Amino acid sequence: MERSLMKGNEALAEAAIRAGCKCFFGYPITPQTELSAYMAKRMEKSGGVFLQAESEIAAINMVLGAASTGVRAMTSSSSPGVSLKAEGISYMAGSDLPGLIINVQRGGPGLGSIQPAQSDYNQATHAMGHGDFHILVYAPCSVQEMVDTVTLAFDKADQYRMPAMILADGLLGQMMEPVTFPEPRTTLPDKSDWAANGHGNKREHHIINSLYLDAPLLEAKVQERFKRYAIIEETETDAELYCCDDAEIVVTAYGASARVSKSAVTAARRKGIKAGLCRPKTLWPFPKKELCEATKHASHILDVEMSMGQMIDDVRLATECRLPVSFFGRTGGVIPTPAEVLAEIEKLAGGAE
Amino acid sequence: MTTEIILAGFGGQGILFAGKILAYCGLIAGKELSWLPSYGPEMRGGTANCSVCISDEPIGSPVVTTPDYLIAMNGPSYKKFIDAVKPDGLVLFDNSIVEETCERTDITAISLPATDIATNAGLNGAANMVLLGRMLAETNLFDMDTVKKAMEKCIPPKRAHLIEANLKAIALGMAEKK
Repeated sequence: MERSLMKGNEALAEAAIRAGCKCFFGYPITPQTELSAYMAKRMEKSGGVFLQAESEIAAINMVLGAASTGVRAMTSSSSPGVSLKAEGISYMAGSDLPGLIINVQRGGPGLGSIQPAQSDYNQATHAMGHGDFHILVYAPCSVQEMVDTVTLAFDKADQYRMPAMILADGLLGQMMEPVTFPEPRTTLPDKSDWAANGHGNKREHHIINSLYLDAPLLEAKVQERFKRYAIIEETETDAELYCCDDAEIVVTAYGASARVSKSAVTAARRKGIKAGLCRPKTLWPFPKKELCEATKHASHILDVEMSMGQMIDDVRLATECRLPVSFFGRTGGVIPTPAEVLAEIEKLAGGAE
Repeated sequence: MTTEIILAGFGGQGILFAGKILAYCGLIAGKELSWLPSYGPEMRGGTANCSVCISDEPIGSPVVTTPDYLIAMNGPSYKKFIDAVKPDGLVLFDNSIVEETCERTDITAISLPATDIATNAGLNGAANMVLLGRMLAETNLFDMDTVKKAMEKCIPPKRAHLIEANLKAIALGMAEKK
């Protein structure tokens, strides 16, 4: 396959079309807009539907409706827009509906800034709406990995009948890198056993619903869902371990800040510091096993984020507080530099001169 | 080895485009690369800049903070980035627009009247390509054949008539290296 050069946002859109996405509903917001613009240009030509909704809330509910009929559907936005989608995502989870939500994060809270940030980690992984539920959260760190993750996210969302999110950021969305696309999907999972798409009175109705007035019935539903979540936590975690085999200081970082951290770890190694990087590729489920493996020989963890430190509690829990966890982060749309992260690593190594 | 480049100037001077040509050169040459634009209010009337990294290895941070090469097309951009250039680095700036003179002695500073050179050749708005051409001549980063292929890939077919003008401006810049 030929390498092409593309912005992260556009590559996400092309990857979704190739993954068999038939419906895109969105509302423009920087720094995500190129994604919807690409969809506006290409979706109809590839036999799908592009619709710019009147709001983010309308868009996510359109995703809910389309997903109910069994087609692959998605929406994309950036931080403030994703907050508006929270209700719809909860409804989708409560209706056991698959679907893809892409968050190209920017600085917050409020309208915040339009520069890259990672301050929606807690929202995405712990509270993406009201109620007892989880969504799958993926954190790619390059344009190529974003493309590969789109296919994976759609597949896993279908497999487990739940929403999946790609937690990207303005840096990954705006940058161009070489990328190779997979061949378009021709066969998609069969959803005829639950999709509500007409049956000519030949079978029982399929009902897509998140309202259960009978409390014990709802409890049973939620408990069934959590059995699925337990399987996911067991089997679907993923992380990249870089230079961790003998690492005494392990940096934890995902997405854009992981790229910065990787540069810093490489520089630290050149200086003889035994540093490594554990980069979660799934944020929910959090890669506990992988982090424990990465920190086997570690005496210290350095968590690096483009936020005030939202993943740090998951890092502590995953390692059961065996190791001290320091934090370095920039927030509000400021991107940390490799030099800043290296300085933190050197401080921990005790060799800063 | 990674080559880190910052291109900076006013919005509308073709800063992002010049960076894209470099990125496409990297793609054609089979390199690892990243291209990252500034976006937001600063590119709407203020300064625009982009970071380009070209390497034989995967790129870590795509944000260039200490460039090997800097192309500056206006005063504010020159002032913003000149101190960040790595020692032994290279700065090229358009002295048709930038009034400053380089006081650093640990870098190579090349000033050329890129805007005037382009305008005199009937290539209005191609100062970006003149500077890029000079940079390529100074650094041997990519040859003209690669640049030509990059231009053909980067410029959409309906604007193909612009390919020749851009290549001409690059050649003018290259010829500036005596």
